[in-house]
Amino acid sequence: MSNARTNILARLRAAAQEPAAIPETVSLPGEERGRADPVTQLKRLLENMHAEVLVTDRRSWIDTLKDALRPRGLNGLLYGPAGPLGPTLEANWDSGLPPLVGYTQEVEQCKERLFALDAGITSTKGAIADVGALILWPDVNEPRLLSLAPAIHIAVLEADKIYNSLADAMVRERWAEGMPTNALLISGPSKTADIELVLTFGVHGPKELIVLVLEAV
Amino acid sequence: MAEAVVDFPRNFAQALNNQQLRRNLRVAMDTMGMRRRTLFADLEAFERLRVRGDAIRQRALSKLPELLEQLERKCTENGIQVHWAETPAEANQICLDIIQRHHATRVIKGKSMVSEEMHLNHFLAEHDIEALETDLGEYIIQLDHETPSHIIVPAIHKNRDQIARLFHEKIPNTPYTEVVEELNTIARQVLREKFYAGEVGVSGVNFAVAETGTLCLVENEGNGRMCTTAPPVHIAVMGLEKVVERLEDVPPLLRLLTGSATGQLITTYFNMITSPRQPGEKDGPREVHLVLLDNGRTKIWADPELRQTLKCIRCGACMNHCPVYTRLGGHAYGYVYPGPIGSILTPQLEGLENAGAMATASTFCGACEEVCPVKIPITAILRRLRTESYRQTAAPNAVKGHGCKRNLAESLAWQGWAFSNATPWLNALNATLLGLTGSHLSKLPQVGLLKRWGQSRALPPFASKSLHALAKEKGISDE
Repeated sequence: MSNARTNILARLRAAAQEPAAIPETVSLPGEERGRADPVTQLKRLLENMHAEVLVTDRRSWIDTLKDALRPRGLNGLLYGPAGPLGPTLEANWDSGLPPLVGYTQEVEQCKERLFALDAGITSTKGAIADVGALILWPDVNEPRLLSLAPAIHIAVLEADKIYNSLADAMVRERWAEGMPTNALLISGPSKTADIELVLTFGVHGPKELIVLVLEAV
Repeated sequence: MAEAVVDFPRNFAQALNNQQLRRNLRVAMDTMGMRRRTLFADLEAFERLRVRGDAIRQRALSKLPELLEQLERKCTENGIQVHWAETPAEANQICLDIIQRHHATRVIKGKSMVSEEMHLNHFLAEHDIEALETDLGEYIIQLDHETPSHIIVPAIHKNRDQIARLFHEKIPNTPYTEVVEELNTIARQVLREKFYAGEVGVSGVNFAVAETGTLCLVENEGNGRMCTTAPPVHIAVMGLEKVVERLEDVPPLLRLLTGSATGQLITTYFNMITSPRQPGEKDGPREVHLVLLDNGRTKIWADPELRQTLKCIRCGACMNHCPVYTRLGGHAYGYVYPGPIGSILTPQLEGLENAGAMATASTFCGACEEVCPVKIPITAILRRLRTESYRQTAAPNAVKGHGCKRNLAESLAWQGWAFSNATPWLNALNATLLGLTGSHLSKLPQVGLLKRWGQSRALPPFASKSLHALAKEKGISDE
C-alpha cells in the first residue's frame, strides 16, 4: 500500500481551519406529528407504496397469515425456525399451505433454493410512522436474504413498536451504542422508475410486501 | 484520469438539436421537479430542514480529518477493512487486488458515482473482470456502452422505444416490447442470475457514520442490497467527504436526499451496513472493504469557500431545475458529474484548463441554489471559478489550472477599457463617436468574438446618447 493515508491526513491537517461555530437546531424539524394513530398512518403510507397491510392481533395473526397464503399457491415459505415466529409457525401449519422451509444452513449451502422460493417471512424490530417504513435487524436466526431473495416478503410487526420517526427510533432504542451487521428500513416491494420515470414494482428485490400488524388483544 | 478533450460548443449544439433528447428530458425534469415540490410543499418546514442539513454537513467537514480517523477506527473494530486512495488509479488497483485475491471474475455493481469517477468498470474489463451494473438505469446504459446522463436516473435520456430496441438487440432471445413492466421483467430475469453468481459486490456509500462505523445506502430496486448481501465479498467505494459524525445526523440528511432526488418520503430500502458476516450468521459477505478516495477533495477542502462544494449529498435536484441541464442532458458536459454541481465540482477535480468551460454553462439564475438541500453557494463558486480562469495567483488554495484563459490581447483590451472609462475626456469622446455613427453592432465587421456572439443573438444598436449624458439631462448630480 502507498502512503495514501498519511498523505491525505497530512494535507487535511496542514489546511485545517478554525472550526466556525455552526448553529444547529436541537430537534429535527419538519417531523409531522400525525394526528392519525400510528397504525392508520403507517398502513396508509405502506399501501401507497403498494404493500399489502393486514391489521390483526397477537392471537389470530397466524390465521390471517394462513388465509392470505392459501389462495396464492406458493412453492414454499422460507422462515427462521429459531426466530421469534418459528415456534408459532411450526405449531400451527397445516396441509394446503406452502411448505415451511427453514433457513438453517449458511447461504453457500442453500443459495439455489433461497433464490427459487416464492415467499419468506420475518419479524420486524419496529416501524416508522412518519415515512411509512419497517425496521429490520436481520440476525443469526432471521438472516438477511430472508427478506430479499424470495419473491414475496411477509413481515410481522407488533403495533406497539411503531415509532414516530427514524430519529425517534434511533434515540429510544439507542442504536448508536451498537449497530447490528445489517439494519434495514423497508417501505414497500422493490420498485424502479428508471424507464421514463414510469413507476413499476417488483424489480430485483421482492415483488410483493405483505405486512401483518399485530395489535394487542 | 483524463477524459478525451471535451468540445463543449459542439456537444451543446448537438444536444440542443436532438429533438428526441429534448423531449425525453423535458418530460422527466418537469416530473421530477413537480414531485419534489409536492413533497416539500411546506416551504417553511423545508427551510428548517435544509438549515439543519447544511449545518450537519458543515460540522462533518469542519472535523474531516478526525472523523475519517474515527470512521477508520470504528470500521476496523467492526471488521470492515479500510483502504485509502489518493487517486482513482490507486482506488482501482485496491479493488483489483481484492478481486484477484479471491480469483473472482464476476463483479456485480450497485450504482456508484465515485466508481464512475474512477472508471472502474473499464479498468476491470482491461483485467478480464466483468463488472456488471445492476441498477436498471445503469444496466440499460451499460448495454449501450454509455455513461450516466444524470446522477439519480442515469438512463433518463433514453425513451422506452430506444430501450425496447436495445434489449431486443443486446439480450439474447428477447422479443421487442415497449411495455415498461415487461422491460423491467426482462432485466429482473437477466440480473437475478447475475446476483446469484456474483463473486464480488461493489457499491457506493451515501453516508458513512464515524460514530458507529456504519455505511448507509439508499435505493429502491433491491439491487444494492443484493450486491452487498449475496456475494462473499463486498467493496464499498466512497469520496472521503461522505462521512458524517453521528448516527442521529442521518435522518435529516436521508429525508433531504430522498425528497430532493425523487420526491419520496423514503426510498424502498435504506441499508445500513456495519460489519461483515459475524460468527453464527448465515449470510452476508465474509469480507467488507471500504475504499476512501481523495482525488483532489483534500485540495478543495483547504479553501473555505470551495469546501462548500463537498457538502453535496448527490441528490441531483440542481440538475432537474437547471435551465441549461434540462435542455442539454448530462452527456454534453463531457464529464462524470453534469449539471450545476458538476459545473463546480469537475473544474476543481480536473483543473480549469480541462474543464473550466463547465463553469460557463450557467445562466446564473440561481435555481440550483434555491433547491439545494444543503445550501451550497453554487453561483458564488461558479463566479470564483470563472474569475480564477483568468487570474494567475500564488494563493495556495487557487483552483488547479487558474489563469489558463488569460491572454495578452484580452488583458490589453480590458486595460484600455479601464483607462478609457477612468479618463473623462476619452470616455466622452468614445460615447459621442459611437452615438454619432448611429451605429448598430450589426454594422461593425462581424469577426472574432463579435461574430460568435452575434450568431444566435440580435445585436443591439448603440444609444444615441450615453448613460452619462442622459443622467445629466435628467438633472442627476454627477457623484
